[in-house]
Amino acid sequence: MPGPQPVINKEVAVPAKSEGGLLVNAGDSQFADRVFSWAMLGCALCVLAIVGLIVYELATKSRLSWHTFGLKFFFQSDWDPVNEHFGALPFVFGTVVSSILALILAVPLAVGVAVFITEMCPRWLRGALAFTTELLAAIPSVIYGLWAIFVLVPLLREYVEPWLARYFGWTSEFTHKLGFQGPFEGAPYGIGMLAAAIILAIMVVPIVSSITREVMTAVPQQQREAVLALGATRWEMIRTGVLRNARAGIFGGVILGLGRALGETMAVTMVIGNSPQISASLFAPGYTLASVIANEFNEATGDTYLSALVEIGLALFIVTIIVNILAQFLVWTVTRGTPARANV
Amino acid sequence: MSDIVTSTFTSAPVSLYRRGMNGLVTFAAAGAVVMVLAPLVAVFGYLIYKGIGSINFAFLTQIPKPPGESGGGMANAIAGSALILFLGSLAGVPIGIGAGIYLAEYGRNRFGNVIRFTADVLNGVPSIIVGIVAYGLVVLTQGHFSAVAGGVALAIMMIPTITRTTEEMLLLVPNAVREAAYGLGVSRWRTTLSITLRTATSGVITGVMLAFARVAGETAPLLFTAFGNTYWNWKIGQPTAALPLQIFTYAISPYDEWHKQAWAGALILIVLIVASVSAVRLVASRGMLKGAN
Repeated sequence: MPGPQPVINKEVAVPAKSEGGLLVNAGDSQFADRVFSWAMLGCALCVLAIVGLIVYELATKSRLSWHTFGLKFFFQSDWDPVNEHFGALPFVFGTVVSSILALILAVPLAVGVAVFITEMCPRWLRGALAFTTELLAAIPSVIYGLWAIFVLVPLLREYVEPWLARYFGWTSEFTHKLGFQGPFEGAPYGIGMLAAAIILAIMVVPIVSSITREVMTAVPQQQREAVLALGATRWEMIRTGVLRNARAGIFGGVILGLGRALGETMAVTMVIGNSPQISASLFAPGYTLASVIANEFNEATGDTYLSALVEIGLALFIVTIIVNILAQFLVWTVTRGTPARANV
Repeated sequence: MSDIVTSTFTSAPVSLYRRGMNGLVTFAAAGAVVMVLAPLVAVFGYLIYKGIGSINFAFLTQIPKPPGESGGGMANAIAGSALILFLGSLAGVPIGIGAGIYLAEYGRNRFGNVIRFTADVLNGVPSIIVGIVAYGLVVLTQGHFSAVAGGVALAIMMIPTITRTTEEMLLLVPNAVREAAYGLGVSRWRTTLSITLRTATSGVITGVMLAFARVAGETAPLLFTAFGNTYWNWKIGQPTAALPLQIFTYAISPYDEWHKQAWAGALILIVLIVASVSAVRLVASRGMLKGAN
């Protein structure tokens, strides 16, 4: 191809102009090379240092709370700043329940979207759809929160929650026997666990679906062709040829979504109601680990209070790290066989 | 695809159940797309519908009025966001690119894998925790909230994204290009900077813009670092307003006037973010490497 040739030549020709100078300075370049590689190493070490600093800051600043309350910090449910007695159980509960609920809502949708984009939709629509779903991930958390306060919450309060209470309210008869409130019982405030879970689900969908797409694309084309050649319909091909091969990676995507949901702060803070209580009802307000830090960190008077909040941060940090590592490992088990995109 | 199936099986027709199942799943997947796009359309629709009416000259040029008074704007928050983002980029972009260069050019070994892994871990750290750390590092040592503290928090969030995309882009540059430069007697650092990095410029810029768009809307790490301010502030050592913070404060306030302003601010924020993401998309579609397409 004569076309691209001159372009490449031009790229290389740039330093060639100063060739004489470079060759004369060849003695210095060894020193310069070393300085440059050290500088780059320094930048790389910064990444290590940042993570080290995060661990150090969280560990030292939470020591007081750790010494005062020990492990029972996470198993006690009274959060009483006035008497300096802190238990993080309501926040653990809120975080876990809202995240799990969000995943239950998000995962089928995300996998459906990924299947549609990679296996079903016409080629011309593929790029546009992928871009639009990724746009969902670009919307800042605070804007989701704003939208949820003024659009989602009234919608839940007026229509969805009364409807759920009417048709699924009977579930409380069983839970009452066990001594719990029903999941769809209580006043429909709109604000509460359900609103938080829905907004989290919307935020988690693009992450799960983009990872799912990535691992589905990594499944070799021959797999699809082989299953089709055996007479499978398209769905049977997707189920046995694609999803089964990609399931570990899809699970990895789900776990990655969980990591995002656990640490999500602003949107949840704006709609969950911020009340440290444990209630079996999805209509009731709750509180999460991240939102208690966001709300109370600036107002935390007293060392124990601040230290308790940092300890919550430390717990959140450790959990999200473990979750992310697990997710990366799972995705890697599916995509390792395919040639890395960046390799030449 | 369905054409292939039906034509191949004219002799042995696919059972009604299997065809029905196939159709049902196709329908369900298309339904999932609609359900996922619905909130997107709803969010953008409401942002434009509620926000556009409140964007005017005063909104873009004035500082907030006290609650109860109408008028006023978010000019100081927009400027403050720009200041904090600038400070964040000042630290985050060079370190991120440098670490990316290290990984691509020197880090093809076990130590490189450790850095790579650490960057991925850092990428998953919740933003609120970055806020706590920046508070401990900067605010406590300085004794007050500041734009610098906000910048540090945003820089920490930008670094892993920039590092990983820079590495990926540099690895796209064919080795032959590096070898050609070495063959001409160009030193290694010169090759890396003026040949490899320059060839991958648009890809690297893409990564920077993506990181930028990601942190531009971050609120949680600014809550206890930049803190917010209702007045103009250009001093990097003082509490500074930021657009996402202002949106948050106004959204949870009880005043209608402030709610309107929150929508307007959100519209401006999303326009900036979508514009940069789309610009990235445009650049990316033209190819990440100079002269490669």
